[in-house]
Amino acid sequence: MAVPRFWREIPNRYNLVGARCGNCNKILFPPRSICPFCRRMGKLEPYRLKRKGKVFSYTVVHVAAEGFEDQVPYVLAIIELEDGPSLTAQITDCNPDEVKIGDEVEMVFRRMGEESQDGVIYYGFKGRLIKP
Amino acid sequence: MRDVAVIGVGLTKFGELWDVSFRELMMEAGARAIENSGIDGKQIGAMYVGNMSSGQFIRQEHISSIVADHAGLVPIPSTRVEGACASGGLALRQAIIDVGSGLHDIVVAAGIEKMTDVLAGVATGALATAADQEWEVFVGATFPGLYALMARRHMYEFGTTEEQMAAVAVKNHRNACFNTCAQYQMEITVDDVMKSPPVTLPLKLLDCSPITDGAACAILASAEKARKLTDTPVLVAGTGQASDAISLHSRTSLTSLQATIEAARKAYKMAGVKPDDIDLAEVHDCFTIAEIMAIEDLEFCKKGEGGKVTEQGETAIGGRIPVNTSGGLKGKGHPVGATGIAQVVEIVQQLRGEAGKRQVDGAEIGLAHNVGGSGGTAVVHVLRRGD
Amino acid sequence: MDVGIVGYGVYIPRYRIRVDEIAKVWGENPERVKCGLLVEEKSVPGPDEDTATIAVEAARNAVKQAGIDPQDIGAIYIGSESHPYAVKPTATIVAEAIEATPDLTAADYEFACKAGTAAIQTCMGLVEAGMIKYGMAIGSDTAQGAPGDALEYTAAAGGGAFIVGKNGSETLAAIEGTYSYTTDTPDFWRRDMRPYPRHGGRFTGKPAYYKHVLSAANGLLRQLQLTPQDFAYAVFHQPNGKFPLHAAKELGFSREQAAPGLLTPTIGNTYSGSTMIGLAAVLDQAKPGDRLLAVSYGSGAGSDAFSIVVRDGIEDKRDAAPKVLDYVNQKVYIDYPIYAKFRRLLVK
Repeated sequence: MAVPRFWREIPNRYNLVGARCGNCNKILFPPRSICPFCRRMGKLEPYRLKRKGKVFSYTVVHVAAEGFEDQVPYVLAIIELEDGPSLTAQITDCNPDEVKIGDEVEMVFRRMGEESQDGVIYYGFKGRLIKP
Repeated sequence: MRDVAVIGVGLTKFGELWDVSFRELMMEAGARAIENSGIDGKQIGAMYVGNMSSGQFIRQEHISSIVADHAGLVPIPSTRVEGACASGGLALRQAIIDVGSGLHDIVVAAGIEKMTDVLAGVATGALATAADQEWEVFVGATFPGLYALMARRHMYEFGTTEEQMAAVAVKNHRNACFNTCAQYQMEITVDDVMKSPPVTLPLKLLDCSPITDGAACAILASAEKARKLTDTPVLVAGTGQASDAISLHSRTSLTSLQATIEAARKAYKMAGVKPDDIDLAEVHDCFTIAEIMAIEDLEFCKKGEGGKVTEQGETAIGGRIPVNTSGGLKGKGHPVGATGIAQVVEIVQQLRGEAGKRQVDGAEIGLAHNVGGSGGTAVVHVLRRGD
Repeated sequence: MDVGIVGYGVYIPRYRIRVDEIAKVWGENPERVKCGLLVEEKSVPGPDEDTATIAVEAARNAVKQAGIDPQDIGAIYIGSESHPYAVKPTATIVAEAIEATPDLTAADYEFACKAGTAAIQTCMGLVEAGMIKYGMAIGSDTAQGAPGDALEYTAAAGGGAFIVGKNGSETLAAIEGTYSYTTDTPDFWRRDMRPYPRHGGRFTGKPAYYKHVLSAANGLLRQLQLTPQDFAYAVFHQPNGKFPLHAAKELGFSREQAAPGLLTPTIGNTYSGSTMIGLAAVLDQAKPGDRLLAVSYGSGAGSDAFSIVVRDGIEDKRDAAPKVLDYVNQKVYIDYPIYAKFRRLLVK
């Protein structure tokens, strides 16, 4: 991913900054520039989502995406955030066998990859199970 | 819109075709279709070529010009159509709209993907560009991973089992044994699938369609013209297309493809048929779970029962509604841009009664269902015997 | 001096490798290593962790505990020997991730293992001068130790973050004084473009660690006219379990005063995180009114000593974020092959 393309999304990738529509009050993540419900009537403004959610679905990846080869097997999940929207994220620091649908997670800050060995480092969010 | 018919189809061998280039592949499918239709190339008014990613697979864009040139058809209008793995189905639809509008009388709908000129890792990376690069692939999603997320949720909501998913692969491999163009003409068992290496659990290697080279071609004509040219025209009774969010997490459901439901609704309505009226279907089984969801979304069975009816043989040749008689993407192979056209090639052969050992007796109405990405695009066609 | 600690936070990765596991690889007697270093196991960063991610988790914990608006943080300094970039600050990554940007100053520090405490001193100065409202000082490392070197048994990962502000109702502890002792003593170093540090073996002891730690501590005691008996706890930089206990003894502190802040036996040496995490562990259990001594050591060489008096506010604040022991106790053991993979020791 080119540097400007990564840099542009830093607030969203580091801090889950999405958007909230002042017209319908819906919270959107990832951010958009037009509210899909209100379209031109929408009034989108940046909104920082809470870092809590639940596992909606998950898979244990054995054949990795490029750049994640050293981390297999890793858990990829769809997480329903407390604020409403869902996102796709890895579940880090877990035994792949222990993740279940409905598990509570917090979103944490992790290293996602790098442009190359001498390129920029990408940081972003991963989920981590909240142990009861 | 005036009625449109398919008057000829052509397919190449599907597989890892090391000695065949992109250009040769496309010409082979095209020549077969022209021959099959009995027309002369000079009668062709326009062409639409479905192709997902020649830029990534052979580092060549602007293939519309290459195809027209190598076919000896310049200066006819030639257009590349892209909608990830639905590129072929979309090209067909554009050709239908072209003929239907009256702009041209005879139009070519082609599809092609040459995928093995890059290493497998590069090919899977290229396929992943059909998913959301910013919010899916960036976080480590793979294409099978997205379908695995759907599979896991389907298992959770409906009790679908890994064995039921395996049954899809077993059936489609069996069908592919009767298709000389298929990549895999070999039977597999549920046990083989269950014991195949994990890709992204619950999906295993034999739940996944392969990387394939292949091309397919269909010649379309106005129904009026078709009746003069052939005794066995196959009418396009209905076409439907729909979109959805590119990323799974932005959709309303993980266990249905809303784009499939909407595209099917439109196609059924246009054709004036109900799901019960369909005699056979080619559906987009890029992964086994995708076929289970497709037969539910197309209403061949109740939601949640796709796995069960597959296991019970209802979708086998000779069953209540044969699905993927060609072997599907799983058995026949999945050259992504060609798939949507290849599905129609199978339906046409079946409706003409030319499908040999995999023939569905008395097939009158067939359906083709082609999906782009993880469901951001879907296109459904209903075809009917026109004789 | 009218500054104090408004909040603090730590982070220690969950993976651990036992001394026995490393000793097995190099044919060493694990009991002799454990006895010699007083270390049982060390923390290891996960494959998606580095100094920046550790610093972010610690900093987020500190902000949560402090209960402040991160926009009021006017300076962030991060000390580390393992900044992810040779050129490009870690501090900006952390500032962005805690939403302290853009109206602040930030920089990365390097002074071997004491860069984090140097950052505390900088923040104290800026706050005292009225230039900033709050300053954040972080020590964070994914410590490097060459495979087979003695350092491999201890080089660990972790970090601590301290938010410094003017004394007041917000501060949970007052910093009543600081004293530094610095000389040019090359006992441990890492040259540019080299992956692992080198060290002077036993030279790292008497003329380096002990001389600087004892001098800084004695300097501070003299300056504040205090004796070891005035302190409830004493925390020292802890490259292993032995050095800090010996330093405590030399200075006249008891084992009881030094033990609560000694974490190396269970998490290893987190380099720039070491004194910071030790201090946090003591703050996690100190009572209002307790006086603490914290003395860092950075090879090269220098020591920063601090005298800190715990205030009433601590009891309302310290449960807001995970404590040092929460992280110490949350652990998953890995073997050497997995360790080698996580630490990218395998040549591909």
